[in-house]
Order: sequence, then C-alpha cells, then structure tokens
Amino acid sequence: MANSISVGAASPGCKKVDPILVADNVTRQFGGLTAVNVEHLEIPRGLITALIGPNGAGKTTMFNLLTGFDEPNSGSWTFDGTDLAGVAPYKVARMGMIRTFQLTKALSLLTVIDNMRLGAQDQPGEGFIQSFLRPIWKKREAQISERADELLQRFKLDSKREDYAASLSGGQRKLLEMARALMSEPKLVMLDEPMAGVNPALTQSLLEHIKGLKNDGTTVLFVEHDMHMVRNIADWVIVMAEGKIVAEGPPAQVMKDQAVIDAYLGAHADTDLGTVAIKTIKAGK
Amino acid sequence: MDFLNILNLTGGELIGAYTAAYVLCALGLAMHFGFTGLLNFGQAAFAALGAYGYAIATLTFGWPWYSATLFGLVCSALFAVALGIPTLRLRADYLAIVTIASSQALVSVFGVGQYRDVTGGSNGLSQFGESFYALNFLPDQRIELGVLTYSSNEVFIRIVAWSLVILGALLLLILTRSPWGRVLKGIREDEDAIRSLGKNVFVYKLQSLIIGGTFASLGGMVFVMTSQTNQPVTWGTDFTFMTWTILLLGGAATILGPIVGGMVFFALLMFLQNILEGLVNLGLLPFLDIAQVGQIRYLLVGLVLMLLVIFRPQGIFGNKKEMQFNG
Repeated sequence: MANSISVGAASPGCKKVDPILVADNVTRQFGGLTAVNVEHLEIPRGLITALIGPNGAGKTTMFNLLTGFDEPNSGSWTFDGTDLAGVAPYKVARMGMIRTFQLTKALSLLTVIDNMRLGAQDQPGEGFIQSFLRPIWKKREAQISERADELLQRFKLDSKREDYAASLSGGQRKLLEMARALMSEPKLVMLDEPMAGVNPALTQSLLEHIKGLKNDGTTVLFVEHDMHMVRNIADWVIVMAEGKIVAEGPPAQVMKDQAVIDAYLGAHADTDLGTVAIKTIKAGK
Repeated sequence: MDFLNILNLTGGELIGAYTAAYVLCALGLAMHFGFTGLLNFGQAAFAALGAYGYAIATLTFGWPWYSATLFGLVCSALFAVALGIPTLRLRADYLAIVTIASSQALVSVFGVGQYRDVTGGSNGLSQFGESFYALNFLPDQRIELGVLTYSSNEVFIRIVAWSLVILGALLLLILTRSPWGRVLKGIREDEDAIRSLGKNVFVYKLQSLIIGGTFASLGGMVFVMTSQTNQPVTWGTDFTFMTWTILLLGGAATILGPIVGGMVFFALLMFLQNILEGLVNLGLLPFLDIAQVGQIRYLLVGLVLMLLVIFRPQGIFGNKKEMQFNG
C-alpha cells in the first residue's frame, strides 16, 4: 500500500523518504538469547513513530542500544548522518537524541525545578572551574530557568516547582521526565512507555503533549503497549517480535496485519477455544 | 571530680587541631558521599597520602612547607585518578570494597621495612614541621585559654587548621550551590538519568573524588603536624570510620554538619573519658579500671551513634524533609 512516509510500499525495514535515524544489522545477544536482531530500521523525521510488540520483543533493548546505554554484538546506526555506534550515552544526548526510561528516573531528592535545569545543555557553570565564577553562568542560568518554568507550566507542574521530585505521583514523574527531556530542545525524543502507570485523566494530556512535540518539529519515537494510544497519535508504527521487525506501516494498516495480530494475540486469536481441542493448540496448529 | 577542669578539657576538644583534621576529612567525605553518592571507605588513604607526602617531601627532598603541601595534594590527586579510573564505573557497594582494600594496601606499603629510608617503616616519620612552624607569628610564650594553656605552636596549628576548615567549607558551599554541584546531586540520585541528559558522569565522579581526597590530605597534614609524628598505624580503617561517624552525626549532605559533627564527637569522647575516670577514681565503678576507660568510652559513643542513626538518621543538620523519602 503506498503512503507518503516510506519509499514504495510499507514493509518491514523499508526505506523512508526522510529518515532521521538509520540502523543496520543491529544484534544483541544475552547468552544464548538473541534479544535484538534488526536488519534495517529507519525512523522518519518530524513524525511520531510507535514501536510496539509483545513483552520481551526487544523494544527497550533496542532503545538502550540506539542511545548507547547498551553495546550491541554487531551493527551500525547513524543519527542525522552521524555515525553513532559505540558513542557514549552522554554524547548521544548532546547530539539531540534524548531518551526517557520505562522505570521513571526522576531525581528524587532534587526539587522539580532543579530536575528541569539539569536537562539543559551548554550551562558553563557545570564545568568545575567555571562553577566558581558566578558571573559566567548566571545569565545562562536565568535562560534555563525561564525555559524550565515555561515547560513546567505546559506540563501543569508549575505548582510543584519547589517540591522534591520524590513527592510527585507516578504520573507526574512521567510528565517531569518528559518535560526534562525537552529542556535541551532535542531533535529526537525517545519515550519508553510514557503511559505506563499514568491514570486515564492524565493520559489525554500526555497525548496532547506528544502531539505538541510534533508540531514543534521534534521527531518522536515511543514504545507503547496501549493500542488505543498508538492508533490515536502515531503516524507510523513499527512492530517488533522476538527481536525482529515483523511489520511496519501506518497504524490503520498495521493493525490489520496478520503478523501483528499473531505476534500480539497468538495465532488462535480468532478461534473460539471452546471449539478447538486442547491437543490442537498444544501441537501449535 | 573537678568539673570545671572536665568542662575545660571538653571545650578544648571543640577547637582541637585533631578535631579540625577529622573535620577536614569529613568535609571531603561529604563531597564524596553526601553530594555525589560515592561510597568511599578509603578516606584514611587520602589523609595518609597528604601526611606522608608532606613528611617525605620535607625530610627526603628537603622542600619548604609550600612545596611539601603541594606535593602531598598532588600525591592524593594522583591516587584519586588511579583509584577512580578502574572503579568509578562500578556500582556503589563495589566502590566501597575497592576503596577500603586499596587504602589498606597503601598503608601497608608505607609500613613495610623495605622503604624504611623514605617512609620510616613501622615507626613512621617525625620532626618535619620546622619549615611550617617557622611561619608562626605568635609570641613565643604560653597562651592561656580559660584554665587551659597552650604553647605558641599549639595555638598556631589550631589557627591554621580551623582556617582551613572555614576555607574548605566556603569552597564546598560555592561548589554545591553551582550548576556543577547540581549535576553531582543528580548523579547521587540516578547516574543513568544524568547520562541520558548529556552529562559525562565519569568526569564528574572523578572530579568529586579528587576534591574530596584533597580535603582529606589537608586533614592528614594537619593531623601529623600537631605532634610532628606520622605513623602508619594512624591510618587504619578506624580512621576512616571515625570520619564516617562524624559525617553521619552531623548530616551527610550538609556543610555545617561535618564541622559540628566533629566538634560534638570529640567533645563527647573527652567528656566521657574524664567522667568515667572520675567515677573510677571515686570507686563508683568497681568493675572498671582506669586503663579500660579509654575503650569503654568508644563503646558508649557507639551506643549514642546507634541511637542517633535510629532516631535521627538525617544527622544534626540534615533536612528532615529530604530524609523522609529515604525511610
């Protein structure tokens, strides 16, 4: 099926018109288990891409590999044309590729505003020598605080500004982590299960925030289990199962894909279990 | 019992040079543990390097006090780098094991006979303070403070020691309130999060290790300068754990904490010593003799500390609000 995002028809590992991230032959093994085995992957620029798949499909491992938090057994990938394989996580982040974590990493014993300030880049006062010379970093600090306050307002956390991050609820921490990731105005934001543990009332505003990112020109890649959300905001969906990419395409098309349904629900999804002999299921037919 | 004398001796500990030496080490540990989350159990090694560096530079190389001081600080910074490069990638508890082991190893090297010409072997080194005490600007006479009298040099080392404490505390204050200090606190909370925000965590940890180690080296120098003797037995694990005690007593992530913690700790030790000795002399503690008092006071201090950690885990100056999330 033709679309405006991929070159030619959408198929697993297809080329994109304008990719921001391109990965080739990325593999990661844990002992005998191949957690990730991706031949080719391209993330389209300026759009929202969802990475879905059942538990253990290798989505988070893929995130860790791409951002340098884990080292692959083989493979190479480029971000915005720059080779990223073997680059340290902090350098990846400085290039404008910021990630969040599945288990939220709010810095508990720092205030919300300090959490936000830490997300900023180019603060000279973060150097050891410069930290003594307040005039050098004072101006930048004011800019950072201003942006932080803007984002806190947007994410409705401004009333929590001076509170310790530890006092926030799980959903608020997710929001804080996302807001913090945006401090450096990244080109690509990678959100690992942004909706996990967030209550339904907050989900809607989180969805709006993610759509808002796209309007600002930021590319978003997120891992999610909630199909409703994926259908709602994703422009493109990539499905992983057992470490491989099994399908990709626009959400409406992917949801109908037999490989996806099989991967998620098992091959007997449409069969009424009452009518199938247990032996048949066990035999895997 | 002469209570006035006991109170005076106790008060003397508040401004003692040994107290200041431990406070400097504890300030360094506040940098390591309180602000960066590094579990350093080898603070004695940094202090020992300061002390030996100074003493060796003076006695073997014949250097004046300023070069000797610099040499001691450089030695400890190099040790921090050598220790940090392989270990700062480790998780906190592994760092604790490596630091305690390497500090024991280092002190053993100082104590062995082969290097006796330089390190003095198990006897250590002495009489290396001439160049330093030549700076003494005070009149050469006994100086009275309450009922305590000090020699001119004793007052001089106290002035230098506490000036170092004040300077060190100010330095820490500036550092921890800067964006640099903010990154350190972030690392303490979650270093992967800080990595994901584009900060080179390893460099920050190494800087913290060096700065905190430098504080301990100055502490070590003050310690040995007081009596002008430097023996390897001083730098055992008990030195490290006394420093930890002081830090936790005052509050780990504070600056005033280690200072007041050190004062309270040594005043308490001196107070207990004298009270117990008095009671023994009066025959009120028939199960103790004078020689055992020195040991029993540590036991009591240990008890006080246990109660403190149980009932006031944030220390004297710690922020209760900050601690309640750790419970």
